[in-house]
Amino acid sequence: MKALLFRDLKLAFRAGGGFGLGIAFFLIVVILVPFSVGPESGLLTKIAPGVLWLGALLACLLSLDRILALDWEDGTLDLVATSPLPLEGVVSVKALAHWLTTGVPLVVAAPVFGVLLNLPPQGFVWLVTSLALGTPALSVIGTFGAALTVGIKRGGLLLSLLILPLYVPTLIFGAELARRGAEGQDITTPLFMLAGITFGVIALLPFASALVLRMNLR
Amino acid sequence: MGSIWEYANPVKFSQTVSRFLMPVAILAAIATIVGLVWGFFFTPDDYRQGSTVKIIYLHVPSALMAINIWFMMLVTSLIWLVRRHHVSALAAKAAAPVGVIMTLIALWTGAVWGQPMWGTWWAWDPRLTSFLILFLFYLGYIALWEAIDDPDTAADLTAVLCIVGSVFAMLSRYAVNFWNQGLHQGASIMRAGAVTGSDVEEKVSNVFFYPLMMCIIGFVLFFIALVLLRTRTEIHKRRTRALLARERMA
Repeated sequence: MKALLFRDLKLAFRAGGGFGLGIAFFLIVVILVPFSVGPESGLLTKIAPGVLWLGALLACLLSLDRILALDWEDGTLDLVATSPLPLEGVVSVKALAHWLTTGVPLVVAAPVFGVLLNLPPQGFVWLVTSLALGTPALSVIGTFGAALTVGIKRGGLLLSLLILPLYVPTLIFGAELARRGAEGQDITTPLFMLAGITFGVIALLPFASALVLRMNLR
Repeated sequence: MGSIWEYANPVKFSQTVSRFLMPVAILAAIATIVGLVWGFFFTPDDYRQGSTVKIIYLHVPSALMAINIWFMMLVTSLIWLVRRHHVSALAAKAAAPVGVIMTLIALWTGAVWGQPMWGTWWAWDPRLTSFLILFLFYLGYIALWEAIDDPDTAADLTAVLCIVGSVFAMLSRYAVNFWNQGLHQGASIMRAGAVTGSDVEEKVSNVFFYPLMMCIIGFVLFFIALVLLRTRTEIHKRRTRALLARERMA
């Protein structure tokens, strides 16, 4: 399992691995938003938490089909599936690797981008908290989508369509948490809900992902 | 009559469908026509909403069906995963496009109704948003069926998607409720006080209720007829493919 994790991380960090793609996309979204809605700082402050969450979500979505598709094409997945490792563990490790290479950089970069969007000072803590709590859920749900569509050639569009509605609850509670944090309101409900979704998804969804992957590998 | 599982046999299923399809379809047509004509021409206008209230006869049944069709797909998907009856998987496949259309009708009639009543075609109201999400779920489900060549794998994957999707759909419903307070009125057909008559204020009046019930029955029967027909078509399609393949082998 550890070897698998390090292998995935190494592949991602080396040239052409797609590390940094997500963060670049995030940057693009954040830079383009003021151009499209105007530079008025009051407006930017108001929409900053939502825009940052949306950017992070889209950046995550962009890299989903890399989670399993490449391993599927070159046969690694068959090899891993026949190894004594439980497939549930394999998909969990895949999701973890995706989170480490996509989610964590987004969390780290978010405060910087928050400055660009004129996020109020008290909002930074909750922005980082919400992203740190929410992005694992995005990775795990995304792995489920990747496992569903792994056998389909050019399944990227389908993957996005399937994942889109599954991301809605995470986005709602994540963005709500960041917004309430920025506006200094009570954050308990969205915080607990977001944490609930993330931990629930981490606990349960790998089983579905592994099930689906097994069906695809038949 | 023996066990219900007898109908999992495609031949038996097809025979039964042939026997029941016409009666069900005719009953559906009668109920829908009677309900709609009754509703449109023989009920009074609402004292506040005027004649726009009459779109209820399309809006409520289609919205009800949109949700219940997904639920039916969930049940048949579970049956497929547990008992591996092909008819069950095909019934889920056959129901999905009907569900999309019902969702669209509900959204569309809602927009047409909302325009004069709320002054807007669309609002990010929890119910409206949930239906939009449901619509996306249906689209994804159908797209996944279409994208996979192997029929058994497709049935398996879509079944899992349906189950996982159901969980997320309920989660979304809660999340959306939390996220925005709505314009849409609450459930007003079946509520606790309605039957005993203690809740006359909020309940849909009987004048509207009976034709509405008629329309709902019509829509349900119509859906049953469509699913039976479409499932039979899927069975025939699959048999044709098998025969062609066998011919090519020979």
